[in-house]
Amino acid sequence: MINNANNAWVLLSAALILFMTVPALGLFYGGLVKRKNVLSVLMQSFASLIVVSLLWVIVGYSLAFSPTELIPGVIGDFRWFFLNGIAPNDPSPYTVSAPNAPVAHLSFVLFQCMFAVITPAVVSGAVAERMKFSSFLAFSVIWLFVVYIPLAHMAWSRNGLFAKMGLMDYAGGTVVEINSGFSALAAALLLGRRTKLKPVPPHNLTFTLTGAAMLWFGWFGFNAGSGLAADGLASSAVLMTNTAAAAAALVWAGLDWFLQKKPTILGAASGAVAGLVVITPAAGFVSLPGALLLGFAAGAVCYVFVVVIKNKLGYDDSLDAFGVHGIAGVLGTVGTGLFAAPFITRPFGMNNGNGFTGLFFGNPSALGVQVLATFTAMLWAFAGTFVIFLVLKKTMGLRVTPKEEAIGLDITQHNERAYTVIE
Amino acid sequence: MKLIVAIIQPFRLEEVKEALYAADVQLITVSEVLGHGRQGGVTEVYRGNKETGNLLRKIRLEIAVNDEYVDKTIRAIIDGAKTGELGDGKIFVYQLEDCIRIRTEERGPAAIG
Repeated sequence: MINNANNAWVLLSAALILFMTVPALGLFYGGLVKRKNVLSVLMQSFASLIVVSLLWVIVGYSLAFSPTELIPGVIGDFRWFFLNGIAPNDPSPYTVSAPNAPVAHLSFVLFQCMFAVITPAVVSGAVAERMKFSSFLAFSVIWLFVVYIPLAHMAWSRNGLFAKMGLMDYAGGTVVEINSGFSALAAALLLGRRTKLKPVPPHNLTFTLTGAAMLWFGWFGFNAGSGLAADGLASSAVLMTNTAAAAAALVWAGLDWFLQKKPTILGAASGAVAGLVVITPAAGFVSLPGALLLGFAAGAVCYVFVVVIKNKLGYDDSLDAFGVHGIAGVLGTVGTGLFAAPFITRPFGMNNGNGFTGLFFGNPSALGVQVLATFTAMLWAFAGTFVIFLVLKKTMGLRVTPKEEAIGLDITQHNERAYTVIE
Repeated sequence: MKLIVAIIQPFRLEEVKEALYAADVQLITVSEVLGHGRQGGVTEVYRGNKETGNLLRKIRLEIAVNDEYVDKTIRAIIDGAKTGELGDGKIFVYQLEDCIRIRTEERGPAAIG
């Protein structure tokens, strides 16, 4: 029997996540690029929404979440192909904190669709300002099946490899964040650097801050919707999400102030996103000290990665998809194994009534599962994307020509420009 | 007839305009431009990337005047724009070949004022 209150919250959460992809992520990224490339960045997010939305209802959802499987623990089968056999009044086979008050199965399909939509859009940050649109489109289709769906199945489906081991990944630390981050790293390495890397200032930091704020807003649905219930655990998850975002933003902007003399808007926005990423796997498992420490850690570690290490290594992750999502995703997924507080999930009868428990609350084995899943996700995402990019490079090519890159991707890929000069 | 072109600090535009109006110079064209003089460009920092040599925002004034107004105009621009710091800008004075008012098709000094 569907619980309408929970159903309403998950439908709203799905809409919040949609808002994270378009326009929030697009604006966050779009403000950081040169004015001649802003549309191409917005279009990559929008294209993810279009393409993944269709593939998901046709076959993606079934492969990711079917309990019957083609490869045990790794990928489902065609049981729900074309949403076959899912009636509007069917309760979701998946529940988290409210096993007796499920949402509609179709709400779960939609909610998960929005996760699948945003993940390739995050990867687009690593390829900005130089990748052919056609190649990005091909990448996002192939990548959904080869990389995303198996990882989602492993972490979240009933019979998934890590789900069965008790992996704690509340809202996608492995599936979304590590996955997009390490895919972004592989993509940036194979695509190569932008031709004229001499830095050009971001063309519109107003967009970037607006986008970051909208991401923060949408992340409430991303994390607090993941309990699939409008209960107290959702309240806890949303509050921990907000706390970690603020903590990380404070640290990043503070380090800017201390080390570069001024607290930058870009630093505050980047820190907030790092905090939102780090709390993603932990949101429904940790209590306030855990959320604060994860937020502080994400602000500091991502700062070092993006500001210091990236510039030393010299790979061109244009918009820091790896430095923010990859690194904070690892921190958050491993950190959940440390900070998961049993008194958060126990009242909801989760984990057979024991609650999920991390190392600092006396369960070292939890950390092992988190670390194993983290490494698997890192390798899976990096290797899968590496191979896809290699194949695309040999077949359709990855990059626009140097001349097209100089003219800008808005004109050369879409025949449009974002800003006119006169009228 | 002369064409006076001045590059000034953006934050002195209001003062320069007031000084010009006080000197009875009413006709100016203003544009936003980028550039730098002896003070060099500015350094901005984005995610730790120091971006040096960025061009500074400046204001460019174009004022066409008859010869008896040249000194008054130059004085007014200096009075409005001078802070004594590097970056105050420059004034260039060109010979002006001709001037045509499009509405009436008047030419020469009569067309300027």
